[in-house]
Amino acid sequence: MKAKVEVFLKPGVLDVQGKAIEGALHGLGFADVSDVRVGKTIEFDLKGADPAAAEAEVKAMCDRLLANTVIEGYRVEVA
Amino acid sequence: MTATAKSMAELAQEYGLKPEEYDVIVRRLNREPNAVELGVFSVMWSEHCSYKSSRKHLAKFPTKGPRVIQGPGENAGVVDIGDGQACVFKMESHNHPSFIEPYQGAATGVGGIMRDVFTMGARPVALLNALRFGDPSHPKTRRLVAGVVAGIGGYGNCVGVPTVAGETNFHHGYDGNILVNAMCVGLADADKIFYSAAPAADLPVVYFGSKTGRDGIHGATMASAEFDEDSDEKRPTVQVGDPFAEKLLIEATLELMASGAVAAIQDMGAAGLTSSSVEMAGKGGVGIELDLDAVPQREEGMSAYEMMLSESQERMLAILKPGREGDGRRIFEKWGLDAATIGRTTDTGRIVLKHKGEVVCDLPLAPLSDDAPLYDRPWTAPTPPRRLEPHDAPAPEDYGAAVVKLMSCPDMASKRWLWEQYDRHVMADTLADSGTASDAGIVRVHGSRKALAMTSDCTPRYVQADPYEGGKQAVAEAWRNLTAAGADPIAITDNLNFGSPERPEIMGQIVRAIDGMAEACRALDFPVVSGNVSLYNETNGAAIPPTPTVGAVGLIPDYARRAGFGGLKAGDTLVLIGETHGEMGASLYLRELFGREEGAPPPVDLALERKTGDFVRGLIRDGTVRVVHDLSDGGLVAAAAEMAMAAQVGVTLNATSHPHAHYYLFGEDQARYLIGTDDPGVIISKAHAAGVHASVAGLAGGTAFASEAGLFDIPLDVLAQANEGWMPRYMG
Amino acid sequence: MTKAAVIVFPGSNCDRDCKTAIERSTGAKVDMVWHQETALPEGLDLVVLPGGFSYGDYLRCGAMAAQSPVMREVAAAAERGTAVVGICNGFQILCEAGMLPGALLRNAALKYVCRAVGLDVVNGQTRFTAGYAGQREVTMTVGNGEGNFFADETTLDRLEGEGQVVFRYRDNPNGSARDIAGVINIKGNVLGLMPHPDRAFEPELGSADGATLFQSALASA
Repeated sequence: MKAKVEVFLKPGVLDVQGKAIEGALHGLGFADVSDVRVGKTIEFDLKGADPAAAEAEVKAMCDRLLANTVIEGYRVEVA
Repeated sequence: MTATAKSMAELAQEYGLKPEEYDVIVRRLNREPNAVELGVFSVMWSEHCSYKSSRKHLAKFPTKGPRVIQGPGENAGVVDIGDGQACVFKMESHNHPSFIEPYQGAATGVGGIMRDVFTMGARPVALLNALRFGDPSHPKTRRLVAGVVAGIGGYGNCVGVPTVAGETNFHHGYDGNILVNAMCVGLADADKIFYSAAPAADLPVVYFGSKTGRDGIHGATMASAEFDEDSDEKRPTVQVGDPFAEKLLIEATLELMASGAVAAIQDMGAAGLTSSSVEMAGKGGVGIELDLDAVPQREEGMSAYEMMLSESQERMLAILKPGREGDGRRIFEKWGLDAATIGRTTDTGRIVLKHKGEVVCDLPLAPLSDDAPLYDRPWTAPTPPRRLEPHDAPAPEDYGAAVVKLMSCPDMASKRWLWEQYDRHVMADTLADSGTASDAGIVRVHGSRKALAMTSDCTPRYVQADPYEGGKQAVAEAWRNLTAAGADPIAITDNLNFGSPERPEIMGQIVRAIDGMAEACRALDFPVVSGNVSLYNETNGAAIPPTPTVGAVGLIPDYARRAGFGGLKAGDTLVLIGETHGEMGASLYLRELFGREEGAPPPVDLALERKTGDFVRGLIRDGTVRVVHDLSDGGLVAAAAEMAMAAQVGVTLNATSHPHAHYYLFGEDQARYLIGTDDPGVIISKAHAAGVHASVAGLAGGTAFASEAGLFDIPLDVLAQANEGWMPRYMG
Repeated sequence: MTKAAVIVFPGSNCDRDCKTAIERSTGAKVDMVWHQETALPEGLDLVVLPGGFSYGDYLRCGAMAAQSPVMREVAAAAERGTAVVGICNGFQILCEAGMLPGALLRNAALKYVCRAVGLDVVNGQTRFTAGYAGQREVTMTVGNGEGNFFADETTLDRLEGEGQVVFRYRDNPNGSARDIAGVINIKGNVLGLMPHPDRAFEPELGSADGATLFQSALASA
């Protein structure tokens, strides 16, 4: 199975990179841009056949290492 | 293989070999080389690896001295600093890669120069950099500055070696070719220096570090060709640095050396596995046989050619002593590094490469070095410009505005924006860095009272005007900066950046700059122990200003007796040491205020330089002075203004008896220092006794930078804002 | 004789600095402990997590180091009351390990910043700061790219209410919430700070104020 994890800063946390990118996009004339958020994507292969079990396992990975839940949220896709 | 349809001769040209060079190869081998062999020749005979255009002239440098343990020819120079300790250092350019991809280009430049130093058994303890960018108004400049600075910081900070000093210039002559010269200084035990020559046959050749990918193939040949409009297409060859891997590599390498397992070692820098294996076997007078299937690979399906020419970063090649492969395995495992025994040394004098069960390269080693092309390229002597007459340089209409403009011009403005991005304090031995008012970076020799002073210098506008005098000046200024810190200058590393040597006028710059540098090195007992040459820095036929950067190291025997220019106190007197005639040729004043780049640069009287410097150093050593600044760009005004701003105390400069005040204030006469002291009488009488010129130049106090004659009176905070403001404003 | 340990992670680069600083300022014996160790030396009075770029700062600063085998032992020692201080990357590791509240974000200016900073000693009653006595302002240097302390407002209020804010920047270099430069756990034995006491232990280095921190930490042992 392929697992895909997206990690992003939680809404309440100031995303300084996002802010800088937003400013740069405005500078380039993309005036309608707002709320830029920068995250990261982590992809990997996972052995096993049960999607539900896999998803639970990936969520455990997020809680333990892949995300810092003090500041970050995550989305998990297993397929 | 890419070569199927092409003839080898055509391929040779594509790889950067000249037809006559290809003919030499065929004659020497008595056959046509195959594509892998051609690749090996092309990188070994590139300008970058063979110094074919400069070698003849580099031989003029003095390279020996009582403190020199190892001169040019190894990965880095080694000098004795007493107590069984040695200092290992070198400077190297990463100009072309940094122009194409500034972050990675600069980062891998820093990584590469560190590897040169720890490969010799030294722990890197300091980094410096000399940067030249295009005109600030050029559309590419800002992005290049941001990328290069981030790359230098990103790499050095992570590895944990302080970046303590550097220089940054802007000039339209670098619009199409920026210069990124990085220097690393390391410390080792003098009896535990490691070399690259393989000592014997039948020893294991061990690869360790990061895996090999397709990075930077033909980087060495790229560094030996000029840019054209299509250079952006060369992007895929840029290597990516991994400073974390470098940190692990340093620790593993030093641990492996300490274990006693290493017989010879070499980093894989430009031309990667090719140059490291050829040099190790060639220098040792043995042969080498490698099994390329054993090379740790990051990508699938790599050809022998790609593996041999890959410039993947953070890789080392070691020849281990018999039976010591176990030590290697234990250490590489601890540090999580990929490693493999990829071959053995042989007694054949040949390099033999096997891939997938076939011999893909079988070359005698001797021709790779012995038959490397050596060119005595035609050159034309540059015409020295005339010396300026007093009426040639106009006085400013408004002295105050002139001072502010000079102190806030891109070359003089504070580079805080840049050096605050460098960790200058890691290792906890930094006594002076870019953020300290000091003419040199100073780091302690860990656990001792000794310290190393280091600096990087070149004034390209002088070299442009007169390569010979400019070459002398670059060396003299480095010597002076070390002296102003209180150090005994020991030796230099040179990084010669020029345009195409195939043009006689550029070759003339190279030859005469080397002549001048060599002359200064001899006169100041300041040998060259390592160096790097970067040619073909030109775009569409426009060459960079000739820039022979000098990196220099000196020793402070007891760091309690050192100097900086920051300790000025209200009531102190400024004493000017050295003679002032008012040299305005090729001055910053003329360029920045009148847009004129003309006239002969200030002549360098090396005997005077030495006498004056020895006198000033003596004052620092006997504890008479602690506040010293050398005079360079911008002359007396710039030095005094910097001292005032650093100490946040006003300075009033004396009226001058010179018929033209602006010559006295802005002239760039060499061999001069400004001293801050509460006892000017003793300094002036000592100077007279030593036959050195000294005079009172001003007084510290108040809150303005002013002239007694009423020429200017600038509130210090206004001056500081101008000086500090330019770069952050420019970088936005 | 008092005894300290400095934990060495792959990519730590202030480990030697911490050892030197502690030895020179306190005379304590300092052991270097590799991150894969599963036991700490006996009889430790202080554990230091040094600065650097553990695991290259990849993923998140301190995230992978926080999962090292030795961190279980560090947490257990902290439980038993041993003093633990995390400096710079060490602070990030302590936050990632859940031993201190909050997290360190990318600097507001998006750049690494290395400079001397003035710090207010907000809480001079901790075992790490008692030695500052009446000294309200100290000087150290920072060197970080992700030193921007973050916690939610409730947590910040609680930290301030409980005296857990130990150091505050006088001129905030990285955008830290409420100018926070260093925090301590509720029990008072685990301190994290971004400024480097290990680069401020002798006047030649520009400040000796960091020495007091190590002296205090070991004096209370």
